[in-house]
Amino acid sequence: MAMRFGFGTLALAVAAAIGSAAPAAAVTFRYAFVGDVKSLDPYTLKETFAIAAQGNAYEGLTTRDKDLNIVPSLAERWEIAEPTRWRFYLRKGVKFHDGSDFTADDVVFSANRVRATGSDFASNLPKDAEVVKVDDHTVDFKLTSPNPILHYQFDNWYIMSKKWSEANGSANPTPASATTPSYAALHENGTGPFIIESHQPGVKTVFKRNPNYWGKVESNLDEAIFTTINNDATRVAALLSGEVDWMDPVPLQDQQRIASSSNAVMMTGPELRTIFLGMDQTRDELLESNVKGKNPFKDQRVRQALMLGIDENVIKARVMRNQATPSALMIAPQVFQLAGDFTRPPADPERAKKLLADAGYPNGFEVGMDCPNDRYVNDEAICQAVVSMLSRIGVKVNLNAQPKAKYFAKVLRANGYSTSLFLLGWTPATNDSHNVLFEIMGCRTDPKTSRGGMNLGGYCNPKLDELADQVLVESDTTKRNGLIKQAFQIGVEDVGYIPLHQQALAWGVSKKVKLTQRPDNQLLLKWVSKEP
Amino acid sequence: MIAFILRRLAQSIAVLLTVGLIAFAMFRFAGDPVNQIVSQDTPYEQRMQIRRDLGLDDPFPVQFGRYVARAVRGDYGISYQFRQPVSDLLKERMPATLELALAATLFALSFGILMGVFSALKRDSALAALLQTVSLVGVSLPTFLIGILLIYLFSVTLGWLPSYGRGDTVRLGWWSTGLLTSSGLRALVLPAITLGLFQMTLIMRLVRAEMLEVLRTDYIRFARARGIRTSAVHFGHALKNTLVPVITVAGLQLGSVIAFSIITETVFQWPGMGLLFVQSVQNVDIPIMAAYLLLVALIFVVINLAVDILYTVVDPRLGSSLGRAA
Repeated sequence: MAMRFGFGTLALAVAAAIGSAAPAAAVTFRYAFVGDVKSLDPYTLKETFAIAAQGNAYEGLTTRDKDLNIVPSLAERWEIAEPTRWRFYLRKGVKFHDGSDFTADDVVFSANRVRATGSDFASNLPKDAEVVKVDDHTVDFKLTSPNPILHYQFDNWYIMSKKWSEANGSANPTPASATTPSYAALHENGTGPFIIESHQPGVKTVFKRNPNYWGKVESNLDEAIFTTINNDATRVAALLSGEVDWMDPVPLQDQQRIASSSNAVMMTGPELRTIFLGMDQTRDELLESNVKGKNPFKDQRVRQALMLGIDENVIKARVMRNQATPSALMIAPQVFQLAGDFTRPPADPERAKKLLADAGYPNGFEVGMDCPNDRYVNDEAICQAVVSMLSRIGVKVNLNAQPKAKYFAKVLRANGYSTSLFLLGWTPATNDSHNVLFEIMGCRTDPKTSRGGMNLGGYCNPKLDELADQVLVESDTTKRNGLIKQAFQIGVEDVGYIPLHQQALAWGVSKKVKLTQRPDNQLLLKWVSKEP
Repeated sequence: MIAFILRRLAQSIAVLLTVGLIAFAMFRFAGDPVNQIVSQDTPYEQRMQIRRDLGLDDPFPVQFGRYVARAVRGDYGISYQFRQPVSDLLKERMPATLELALAATLFALSFGILMGVFSALKRDSALAALLQTVSLVGVSLPTFLIGILLIYLFSVTLGWLPSYGRGDTVRLGWWSTGLLTSSGLRALVLPAITLGLFQMTLIMRLVRAEMLEVLRTDYIRFARARGIRTSAVHFGHALKNTLVPVITVAGLQLGSVIAFSIITETVFQWPGMGLLFVQSVQNVDIPIMAAYLLLVALIFVVINLAVDILYTVVDPRLGSSLGRAA
């Protein structure tokens, strides 16, 4: 009897499974990425892919268009009423996915939540900015000092519903050390063009079209299913067999294969991330070197020699298979208008040797180098190329390439920046130069500010810091760009860093799909269409 | 007998504690978890605060003690990356792994026995020689390579079977099963073959060797001399007597099939516990790593205990000796 009952349940379950299958006409877009969307809570982790995935369901006051220009979203328009007071006019008639209205209260609530403990997005809004509700659809941002780029990160600061968050015990972001699970990590209530129907962390996330969306959307998708596929070969196979319509990243060695396949194409384009080398210019003696009693990297000539010893064109052609743009600056040209005024000096090993000799190292020296091996495109291979190029000018580099979890544990501030020479990549979260000048190139001598927090080598030029401070408050675009240019010029002359390249985006895309590749590597479903 | 079981239980607890201790000692070499749960812009002070909140600055014995104290109460902590209870995550992933392990074992048993019997009975035939060669390949090729070859052949080239994932699943209570949908069954084929191939060749070689041995024994000869039909001799008498060691091996291997499905799950993006473990190693998600390792240790302990007890049931002579030893 028990047996028969079992079969009955089985049959029912089968029927249910068949019955629940989506109607044939629905357009479903399947896509895969190497990593997970760890949480749906939009303030938990600032990571490009998660921001993009959440951005299908949540929206900010502003958004960025296909060329990264800032355009209105939940705010219809805004004005700088006074240099220290911005007024945002909110869009009317917008509803959250649970049907409740979007109002100024939600903006004020989100402004507090995004700056609460446990939020990883606190820097998206100045911590001393006061957010005041004027009426239901007007909000003022009162600042302590003028800030021309106040709204630069508003596109990634998603607005959450006050009522929903409070009702579900998610009034605060879930901190990493939480002891209770978070509701907002598994559920979503945004205003965006897609609704997240289900989210299994690390497995799959299902998006459904929002029928009540306030705006027009060019996408024809009814549904989108996101899956994590860790393994490179599996991800490539899934695209080639047509099981996914989009996947990222495509390993360099498989790009040719995808480009020549019958059902998929490669979409490549420059990314905003700059890959560079840094050198310890702080310690009086390097941690990992045979030079004792002094630090060769304190000498500008030695840094210059390293720069000239590295042939970026070879790295680009051989290691990156041309999927990189050599860079003269620490920022991508897409986000700094005057980047074209700088050119990268060609490699010159002879001059490099001479510079080393002048600096007192005619026979070169030995130094240790830290490199991640699972963080950036071909990161370890780049480092190996650097090692062999530097050996030509007499600098013997002992490479220590390890997984990012180990690499970052060694080189960051928490471990006293213990590195002598390293490879790092950086994308300014603001899409603006000030972030680079402050975080990467700023002196870390002042313990009162977080300036230079990611300046692992401790490069320092007070003149650059002064310019960076002016950049922060200058509202005139032309003047501001001039100041940025001056600051980068100082960095170039000092050879504070050795910029290598901007790595290329490498998306594998099914031929059935039309979509937009934004240089910040965000895939947004609102711009995806698929042949039914 | 009861004394024996009690003693084994005490030993099991000691094993689990040791596994926990070794695992915890190793986590310190996996890297810094904090950097995996913050972004590049997270200020230093906040990183330090998270370290303190997670108790990562405490001395190793304190961290371990705290973990054990919570674990005995069934609290395995909250995953650093997903902010969900580890027990929920494991519970959600467990059906996928168990179904895969079961399918792989069934595949290994059925094909292994069939091929083993065949190559023992027709050991001079060309097919038997071929099977022997194939089995060598199965033993010597690494799992991930087999998986990728299968994907390349059956998914990319022929387009018959899916290359990743579990297909559609149906929920029966908390258990999500892929066995009831056609896409779920199709998705199961390649991973099950990949995971079961090694066991299959093992069983095939075992059956073949045992079978050849048994066929030489006197009672088979007498059975033949009595004029019993060949098929009855082979399957009724010979095969039956080869199965005891086969079942023992298959049972013991079940533990390793579950534990070592990590590679297969990674290749096929099979959403099981092994994949969760691999992802948590990359992200230094200590609560998941610790709970998974304990769980695997527990599975081995339970299987071994069950096998020991079963032995005494199957062979009473062992029972008396065990009783004496206890």
